[in-house]
Amino acid sequence: MIAAAAPPALWRAFFRSPKAMVSAAGALLLIGAAFLAPITAPHEPFTLGTFNLMDSELPPAFMAGGDPRFLLGTDMQGRDVFSAILYGMRISLTVGFLAVTISAAVGTLIGLVAGYRGGLLDAVLMRLADVILSFPTILIALLIAGIARAALPQAAAGEAAIAVLVFAIAINEWTQYARTVRGQTMVEARLDYVKAARVTGVADGTILRRHVLPNVVSPVIVIATINLALAILAEATLSFLGVGMPPTSPSLGTLIRIGNENLFSGVWWVVVFPAAALVLLVLCVNLFGDWLRDALNPRLN
Amino acid sequence: MIPFIARRLAQAAVVVLAIAILSFVMFRYVGDPVAAMSREDASVSEREELRTALGLDQPVVVQFWHFLGRLADGDFGVSYRTQRPVADMIAERLPATLELVLMATVLSLAVGIPLGVLTAVHRTGWMATFVQSVSLVGISVPTFVTGIMLILLFSVTLRWLPSFGRGETVDIGFWSTGFLTVSGWRALILPSLTLALYQMTLIMRLVRAEMIDILSTDYVRFAQARGLPAGFIHYRLALKNALMPVITITGMQIGGLIAFAVVTETVFQWPGLGLLFIQAVSFADVPVMAAYLLFVGLLFVALNAIVDIVYLIVDPRLRSGQS
Repeated sequence: MIAAAAPPALWRAFFRSPKAMVSAAGALLLIGAAFLAPITAPHEPFTLGTFNLMDSELPPAFMAGGDPRFLLGTDMQGRDVFSAILYGMRISLTVGFLAVTISAAVGTLIGLVAGYRGGLLDAVLMRLADVILSFPTILIALLIAGIARAALPQAAAGEAAIAVLVFAIAINEWTQYARTVRGQTMVEARLDYVKAARVTGVADGTILRRHVLPNVVSPVIVIATINLALAILAEATLSFLGVGMPPTSPSLGTLIRIGNENLFSGVWWVVVFPAAALVLLVLCVNLFGDWLRDALNPRLN
Repeated sequence: MIPFIARRLAQAAVVVLAIAILSFVMFRYVGDPVAAMSREDASVSEREELRTALGLDQPVVVQFWHFLGRLADGDFGVSYRTQRPVADMIAERLPATLELVLMATVLSLAVGIPLGVLTAVHRTGWMATFVQSVSLVGISVPTFVTGIMLILLFSVTLRWLPSFGRGETVDIGFWSTGFLTVSGWRALILPSLTLALYQMTLIMRLVRAEMIDILSTDYVRFAQARGLPAGFIHYRLALKNALMPVITITGMQIGGLIAFAVVTETVFQWPGLGLLFIQAVSFADVPVMAAYLLFVGLLFVALNAIVDIVYLIVDPRLRSGQS
């Protein structure tokens, strides 16, 4: 049984594991700083008129020639790199959380229905999941982004960027939830208490919601945590390739792309710091997800 | 076994058909082919003429049938951006990507297998700990960041290696190769290393897990009891059995490498298929996108089917469950 570990036991395990505490603290710090960017960021990097071309390409504050106003230096247009990272991380996380929420909801629903109903519907949905899983995420996501670019008018493309990215990532990720939930639902549906509920005339929807759903919550949470890291990486990769967030509202990936174009002019801080922020964020989420998987169920591989 | 292979091939055929339909739908309905292919100032009658010439006035099923016929002839349409046949563009870019993928595969096997054996044999040493922690950080670093960091170190700071392009290439028939010039080899080092890193950690972990299992089996213990040299036991007796999943994973991952080459080729401006695809996506060049989808899709389906069937042939234990 993949029963949810009792919360008190989970908390005890949490406070015994340095890995869990450090990674959770790191992730919360980064997420908090990013979502509170209007408060935490010292500058407003994307409001015209608040930055000055005279301040362009200043090195980080701790280096010779650095300016104490700009902790991690400035970019080619005089924008504060530290603030740009905070705002960029906010966009990266928004895409990540939206993609994970949508794919978890859709995947769980499909898994429940497919596992409970079985038959043709189940076969079709699971074959579809097989096919999607056999192609790399990045390829399918690129294809969606490319189709959106060709189908949408140029002007709308910038505004729809977040929605397109979320869709491109979610269409890959629902499959894992659907597979896991389906397997668990099939196990659960054969148990006596579910049969008893069915015989007494409880509606299918109620059975799924009250009896089956609680049993699939913990694997769904584990997959969601690990998928958050994957979603952030996928978004960063798409934006780096130039098919994600536009330079006017850059995510971490866009920042790295812009920095990369100026790599040879020696302004390394414009690319190194956003890249470090991305890696740190993903590493924290990955480590926490790793711990959570072991803590919630040692056998869930 | 024959029914299983037949079912597997039928399944592959369905996926191929689905990919062809998707590719056709993209080509036909994403954007307007007539608008994309005619001049800005073309008259209505000129546009109608082009519509008829492209066969767009016929029923959809007939159009799809003609589409399949053209594919069978190797006709993938004409690029909106360059006005050249897509088949030519793909043929021209293919050698660059295949050489990159080949080099990355060789590199990941040559480094990943020995490291996997070493970390399995010395499970507690400092090296095993080091390699394990590096591989943990490795999965959190995206490919493009690795590539940029390598460029920053070896091209910008040390100025040892080039950061973009293939160097000088030599044409052998239709194949342009970078293997025959010094600059070609120098240009290949950073991109292939970038592409190989993820693969390398994957193979290392796989070999390590397999080797740990095999080292505790009776035949290895017996060989140890007989006093055979450790190197002979590890590399000749044990490794042979650990390589089976490595072969299948490597085969399956070749498709993944071609897909991931999109990222590596963008970082290093490597003139391969991936760069062609990214340029097509940025310019909404639908025929090139559709052709790339079809090409890589077919490759994937073929590789997956072959790996499944080879698995079945090599490992008799799988057959009993299939009947």
